[in-house]
Amino acid sequence: MIGTKAARADDVWKVYGKEEARVVALRGVSASFERGKFTAIMGPSGSGKSTLMHCLAGLDTVTRGTVHIGGTEVTGLNDKALTKLRRDRVGFIFQQFNLLPTLTAAENIRLPLDIAGKKPDPQWWDTVIGTVGLGDRLNHRPSQLSGGQQQRVACARALMSRPDVIFADEPTGNLDSKAGAEILAFLRSSVLEHGQTIVMVTHDPVAASYTDRVVFLADGEIVAELENPTPESVLEQMKAGEVLV
Amino acid sequence: MLRATLKSLLARKLRLVLSGLAVVLGVMFVAGAFVTTDTLGRTFDKLFAEGYSQVDVAVTAKPKVAVSEMEGEQILTPLPASLVDQVAAVPGVAKATGVISDDGARVIGSDGKVVTSYGPPRIGMNWVGTDDLMQMRSGRGPEKDNEIAVNEAVAKAAGIKVGDQVGVLTQLPKQTFTLVGVWGYTNDRDSIGGVQEVAFTTPQAQRSMLGKTGVFTQIYADSADGRTSEAVRDQIAARLGSDYEVKTGQQLADESSAEFKDALGFFNNILLGFAGVALFVGTFLILNTFSIIVAQRTRELALMRALGAGRRQVIGSVLVEAFVIGLVAAVLGLGAGVGVGALLVTLFGSMSGGLDPATVGVPMAAILSSLIVGVVVTVVAAVLPAVRASRISPIAAMQDVATPDRPLTKVTVTGAVIGAAGAALLGVGLYGNDSLWLILGGVLVTFIGVALLTPLISKPVVGALGRLFSWSVPGRLGRLNSGRNPRRTAITAAALMVGIALVTGVTVVIGSVKQSIATTAETTVKAEIVIGGDQNGPRPPVFDEAVLARAAAIPGVRAVGGVWNEQVLLDGERDYVTATDNLAKLADAFGSPPLPALKSDQMAVSTEVAAERGWAVGTVVKAQMPRGEEHRYTVVATYDEERVPGAIMLPKAATKEFGLTQPIVGFVRLADGATVSQVLPQVKALVADSPEVNATDRSSFVDQQLSTFDTVILMVQVLLGLAILIAVLGVINTLALSVLERTRELGLLRAVGLGRAQTMRMVTVEAVVISVFGALLGVVVGSGLGAAVVQALEGEGITELVFPWSQMAVYLGLAALVGVLAAVLPSIKAARLNVLAAIAHD
Ligand SMILES: Nc1ncnc2c1ncn2[C@@H]1O[C@H](COP(=O)(O)OP(=O)(O)OP(=O)(O)O)[C@@H](O)[C@H]1O
Ligand SMILES: [Mg+2]
Repeated sequence: MIGTKAARADDVWKVYGKEEARVVALRGVSASFERGKFTAIMGPSGSGKSTLMHCLAGLDTVTRGTVHIGGTEVTGLNDKALTKLRRDRVGFIFQQFNLLPTLTAAENIRLPLDIAGKKPDPQWWDTVIGTVGLGDRLNHRPSQLSGGQQQRVACARALMSRPDVIFADEPTGNLDSKAGAEILAFLRSSVLEHGQTIVMVTHDPVAASYTDRVVFLADGEIVAELENPTPESVLEQMKAGEVLV
Repeated sequence: MLRATLKSLLARKLRLVLSGLAVVLGVMFVAGAFVTTDTLGRTFDKLFAEGYSQVDVAVTAKPKVAVSEMEGEQILTPLPASLVDQVAAVPGVAKATGVISDDGARVIGSDGKVVTSYGPPRIGMNWVGTDDLMQMRSGRGPEKDNEIAVNEAVAKAAGIKVGDQVGVLTQLPKQTFTLVGVWGYTNDRDSIGGVQEVAFTTPQAQRSMLGKTGVFTQIYADSADGRTSEAVRDQIAARLGSDYEVKTGQQLADESSAEFKDALGFFNNILLGFAGVALFVGTFLILNTFSIIVAQRTRELALMRALGAGRRQVIGSVLVEAFVIGLVAAVLGLGAGVGVGALLVTLFGSMSGGLDPATVGVPMAAILSSLIVGVVVTVVAAVLPAVRASRISPIAAMQDVATPDRPLTKVTVTGAVIGAAGAALLGVGLYGNDSLWLILGGVLVTFIGVALLTPLISKPVVGALGRLFSWSVPGRLGRLNSGRNPRRTAITAAALMVGIALVTGVTVVIGSVKQSIATTAETTVKAEIVIGGDQNGPRPPVFDEAVLARAAAIPGVRAVGGVWNEQVLLDGERDYVTATDNLAKLADAFGSPPLPALKSDQMAVSTEVAAERGWAVGTVVKAQMPRGEEHRYTVVATYDEERVPGAIMLPKAATKEFGLTQPIVGFVRLADGATVSQVLPQVKALVADSPEVNATDRSSFVDQQLSTFDTVILMVQVLLGLAILIAVLGVINTLALSVLERTRELGLLRAVGLGRAQTMRMVTVEAVVISVFGALLGVVVGSGLGAAVVQALEGEGITELVFPWSQMAVYLGLAALVGVLAAVLPSIKAARLNVLAAIAHD
């Protein structure tokens, strides 16, 4: 059943450029991401992790194949429908520059709802704000927050609209291990407690160990999968992959 | 370093186009002014050279009252007919011809309306046969006193042909003549320079144009074979003595042309003044662009510094960039200016009817001033950003480029000081020595001061304005964006402020003057009906004096007073004087305090004039009218200037020697119980045959006379339109650069679900807020400046202060519209951003 999957890619190809400049970033990737699961995408640099995520999220078009978010086929939607999809059903956490400098933390968190003209559910608001633990920092602007705090605001924003799926591209890439751990714990708990679906790109085996499943990409193809990863098992798999290359 | 500069210049070419365009437009104005005046100047040279080409030597009497082209019309002093023989008898003179040629012959067209002229005179002359330039197109010259011939220009404009009965207004009331001939000029021209000409027989020309027979305005002497015009001129001059002016045709052409060029010079200065405003506004735009470019290039410049470039080299690199832009823009502006000049000349030619413009040329002054102005303005505007660029420390290359929000204290204090200095200059200019330069300088300096204060003001005002749009998310984001960089918002808005402040200021002053005059007229003038035409031209229309007596005879009329005007030498000094048929009646009709009827050797003056000239009741004043001998008048009464239509009053007898011997205005006061609606139609009927003159009720007359003020306001609005247009370019520029700077933010917004239309709305709100802020500043500053000027004019009787509320509202509305338009391109650009590319952008 499609309905049980939060996001799905079927035989997705992504080709950049033409002729000599041709780069095949994804070669027939098929993957599905179950509801209420935390998935990590790993792989060497240039293996197509970001590309896959962008295609899944409707930020980029695929060359071939189909992508579904919930029951909706993303491939083939026009800009208006894509915008609505991103607004209502997808959440994003980027590595950096996640927030609008002119808005306060609270306003940033509320932004997708505001754009949609919706009111935040007060209970959910309190829950999210409570778990990100920003407290008195809510009325500060991004420039007055630390990198870790900014990422927490970004997480809260992604959660606030209860999207079908949250995509996070190396959300802890710019943070030290303590701040990173806080974010990861927070993402983990939102999956466990609230049934949120999260797909996260990471290079870090420790970060990957917070997830339920790891998908390994190499050269635009899925080469391995790992359920209930630990830092050790991930490292092992990564080493095996290097040997393969 | 130079190569690096030029490379970065090319890389930013699109960004520079807009600021370059500001210089192009300003320079275009400058070059256009020079090209227009130069071409028109040569047009007049050619025109007068041709007009006087048939004249060897001309004799005129010394004008009794000398009046230049700018001050009104020179009235020619008549020459006695006997002088023609005297001139003819001078050795070297082959032939002497008595000529009458004077402005003021108005032909009534077949539609019953007087044929109008937009500048060229309407000459009445005596027929002395055709010369080498003239060609008879049909019929013949007038032979009887009831016959006339006209040039083709008149025939066409009036729609008349040989055999028609044609009404002509001259010094005499309307008379009807038979048109017996139409002539034109060589090369198939209908006239020379659009001049309308009506030729009478000599006696009729004397009666119609000069009011008496036996006199001429000029005598043309043809030199005998082998004699030069100069030699003959000297011979005649020696014979006639110093009461006469004897000149060659060449001299006359040069002099006439020089007078016109004076007027053109004045016109040129006005155009250059507006060009100055446009360039002043352009400076803001260039300053802004370079500031932004420097800010964006911080890393690059810091890297240069880190690699060993000195401060001077950094300044140099920015200034070289400015120089190149200035030069390119100046050259383009020059080209565009030549085009505009050609267009204006053509327009002028067709409007004046038959002026044949000289070929458009590019005078050296246009080239030099364009290049200098273009380059200097651009380089000067770039100095501040260049200095700022040089202060970037090499370490900035390694840091993130977030430009810190520098405190506004310094800028605000400087602005306050400069603003105060501007206000002081303005004050001295207005109250101290009435110097136009001080006033203009004061206004300019005030603008700079306000512009520097603008960043501080922008915070609360932009916030408040933006609140209007805060109901939607894009609106709120737009509002926040417009408050993000107060300096940039401020300069952009300040540029718009300048144009709107000037328009508003001028409107306040003119509106107040207009209202003051209207109120004064309504409260002091008791006459309910006024007879008169448009008083604003150099030669107001006149009507038959008999109308006054007939109006007085209408039942229900209490008193009628007629008014004549002229410039007269009084004790050797030229002054505007008024004459009336009966001062006692005029005073009654006008509603003045009772005044005596003047005897033919008596005059009355206002107390103000009396004080100024040191006259009192009993003083004998020598008066020289444009025609006739000197007279003596005894002052018999003084009065309050505001209560009488004229500061110096002469008796009716004096008008015989005026240029216009007929009244120009008549005041009709009704008896108690009579109503305007009863009497007005009867008065109208009296002037029915003088189409240029009308009888109206008092308030319409005042409105009609004040309508020129509206024309002035319109002209100022049009001329300042360019400055406002340049400011709009500034808004576009600022927005385009903001969109570019915020690419990543826009990407983020799009990623979290902001739609295309919402993105466009966000950018549009920012533009609207900035433009409305600028317009608001302009309206406020303009009102302040206007009110200051009006205040200073209180002593001149400008007692009302009128703010053009509805126009101000229109300016604000237009500013909002301008914001929307200015946002079109940047917002499309913002909406079209590729989300992924934007996020990856750095
Ligand atoms: N816009 C683009 N144009 C051309 N090639 C691109 C573009 N974006 C990505 N690529 C190429 O596609 C491939 C996959 O890139 P992608 O960014 O998905 O890798 P990644 O796995 O996210 O790497 P990293 O870990 O470094 O972020 C790379 O070879 C990259 O060079
Ligand atoms: Mg990546």
